[in-house]
Amino acid sequence: MKPKIVVGLGSCGIAAGASKVYNALEGLMEDNGKSFTLGRTSCVGMCYREPLVEVIDENGSNVYGDVDEERAGEIVKRHLINKEIVEEWLVVSEKGEASEDAFFEGQVKIALRNCGHIDPESIDDYIGKDGYSALRKIASGEIGREQIIPMVIESGLRGRGGGGFPTGLKWKFALANESDRKYIICNADEGDPGAFMDRSLLEGDPHSVLEGMIIAALAINAVEGVIYCRAEYPLAIKRLNIAIDQARRAGFLGSNILGIENFSFDIYVKEGAGAFVCGEETALIASVEGKRGMPYKKPPFPAESGLWRRPTSINNVETFANIPWIIDRGPSSYAAFGTEKSRGTKVFALTGKIKHGGLVEVPMGITLKDVVFKMGGGIQNNKEFKAVQMGGPSGGCIPASLSDTIIDFDSVTKTGAIMGSGGMVVMDETTCMVDVAKFFLDFTYKESCGKCTFCRIGTKRMLEILTRICDGEGHEEDLEQLEDLAGQIRDSSLCGLGQTAPNPVLTTLRYFRDECMAHITDKRCPAGVCTKLLTYEVIPENCTGCTVCAKNCPVDAISGERKELHLIDQGLCTRCGICFTKCTFDAIKKY
Amino acid sequence: MSSIKIELRQEDVNKIREICDSFNNDHQELINILHKCQQHFGYLPAEVQEVVSDCSGIPVAKIYGVVTFYSFFTMTPRGKHPISICMGTACYVRGAEKVLDEFVKELGIKAGETSPDGKFSISSLRCVGACGLAPLVLVGDKTYGRVAPDDVKNIIKEYEEL
Repeated sequence: MKPKIVVGLGSCGIAAGASKVYNALEGLMEDNGKSFTLGRTSCVGMCYREPLVEVIDENGSNVYGDVDEERAGEIVKRHLINKEIVEEWLVVSEKGEASEDAFFEGQVKIALRNCGHIDPESIDDYIGKDGYSALRKIASGEIGREQIIPMVIESGLRGRGGGGFPTGLKWKFALANESDRKYIICNADEGDPGAFMDRSLLEGDPHSVLEGMIIAALAINAVEGVIYCRAEYPLAIKRLNIAIDQARRAGFLGSNILGIENFSFDIYVKEGAGAFVCGEETALIASVEGKRGMPYKKPPFPAESGLWRRPTSINNVETFANIPWIIDRGPSSYAAFGTEKSRGTKVFALTGKIKHGGLVEVPMGITLKDVVFKMGGGIQNNKEFKAVQMGGPSGGCIPASLSDTIIDFDSVTKTGAIMGSGGMVVMDETTCMVDVAKFFLDFTYKESCGKCTFCRIGTKRMLEILTRICDGEGHEEDLEQLEDLAGQIRDSSLCGLGQTAPNPVLTTLRYFRDECMAHITDKRCPAGVCTKLLTYEVIPENCTGCTVCAKNCPVDAISGERKELHLIDQGLCTRCGICFTKCTFDAIKKY
Repeated sequence: MSSIKIELRQEDVNKIREICDSFNNDHQELINILHKCQQHFGYLPAEVQEVVSDCSGIPVAKIYGVVTFYSFFTMTPRGKHPISICMGTACYVRGAEKVLDEFVKELGIKAGETSPDGKFSISSLRCVGACGLAPLVLVGDKTYGRVAPDDVKNIIKEYEEL
């Protein structure tokens, strides 16, 4: 068999230049008389090494990282022609001898089983990996249609969008409600900043989501499915539409699917238009109907009265991707992973001040520490680990001292954060926790739909207080007032956005109160982030008088003759920090 | 609504009608209709919304409500080279705000504004999910990863002559 080269063409790979690498390899393939074949796949999760190129030949699979056009040429020459493995760029090898195999150790890939291993635009690739075999088992009667819900309940699968509601129960409720038309909605409005699990899944293995939706439709007797995808994900939308088209032609969508009696089902993609609140079930439904995405009161729950007032089951992308695996391999195989109340695996997007940022899928019950230090490789530039933010704007910061916390729904909730959809932003000593709380409040304040007064105005008041604290104008009573407002917003908001909006602030007050107090009483930002609280000074012993700082200072606040000690005029200094970054002698201190 | 009055040409009106017809003037397709109109005009001035209302029968107030609700829709024209700075958490903790400040300083316009010559506009973007490359900047369709404030001048220079 000819050797094969596969290029990772997910959004993050393309942003890092993978398309250019692919084009270069295409040219090289022609030049070398087609001595190898070229394929594409999506993200395997190693975002920090993109663009990635995999070579499959008699030496098995070897993956090279940080590949550009030049390296691509070298890889063809050295690996394929000279038959030597290019050790210096090798990141993962099948034989387990590469520098970064540790990234995959301890990971269990169920939802991401095909991501990075198949061409997402080929239905045959998906079928080749047992794709649609769960659906076929149901069609052939090997698994009864009525067995689907009990199987999903038995697997212990809970909603992967963040809520953690048992998926099987949700379907049971939707099944119990009689109607001439029922709907399945796939929530792909992944709005948490710093989270990209669903994007990677949709770009890397769209058919698994479609198959999950078809099985859900069989379970509750739905006739139509909608994938509500955020407009910020054009590649995911494109690949979904390709997959839907292929599935229709292969007879997995449309009327009389695989000859199953009375079963017709079709799926279409609905694009969002940029509103975080649309991740909320009822707001999402309003948006699918073409309206402003404002949530409404539950009950009635969507399982009773959802899209067009018909019973609707809304599940997250990752939830659907797990379904075919559960049905195909049996619920006990899934339940074998995880903890008693949180079965299976969870996908996390590991970002922030981490060495190996990317996408990981781990069994529930693993500790935070293992994820950050084993898969994540620890903190960038060997700085000190300070906290992990989980659950985005609805979650909170878990401090390093609690890094032995195991990851499951209940343990994470106990810390004050939430499991959320899977964003994990790692922070180090140079991250100011008050500033991060302010960042999230600013986000929820802007994204509040405005329906509930406390969410609309309360978040603004909280933001004002936090801004004041970061500017060095905070008072001690401010912390109490923040807690007071937080309680009121939580209790009087209609939807999850408002109810959870105070979480980032509350966890900061709980675990980083000293840091808040330093801002208020000492007028100091220990992490050196809040500009107005910083002072820049020249360290006389280190200053060589090179004049670089003075030349670069935009407000001429630095004076001093060549080869003599320089001084910063604190009255003129705007604390922009340029002198600090420009100085090559570590002669400027920031405190 | 925007204070600048514009006059739609007949062909523009026809284009909007064509878009609305392609969605059968269906009320539930309003967001898709607006997406297509914005792709064509670059923004959604009041005049465009009025024609959409005419075709679809949806009251113009409702359309205005939808346009102003979603962050993707804009009623002011964007620059020829729209610059978007991702403000997701990962980008933020890796210094996206400093990058945004640098663009603001270099171009002399604020986020949400367009330069007087119509060449550049700056906006902050919701997370695009390419967090491995944080901080991320988009100029039109082109992506710049791991951007430092020092890179900003060079990025602008690339587009000044275009």
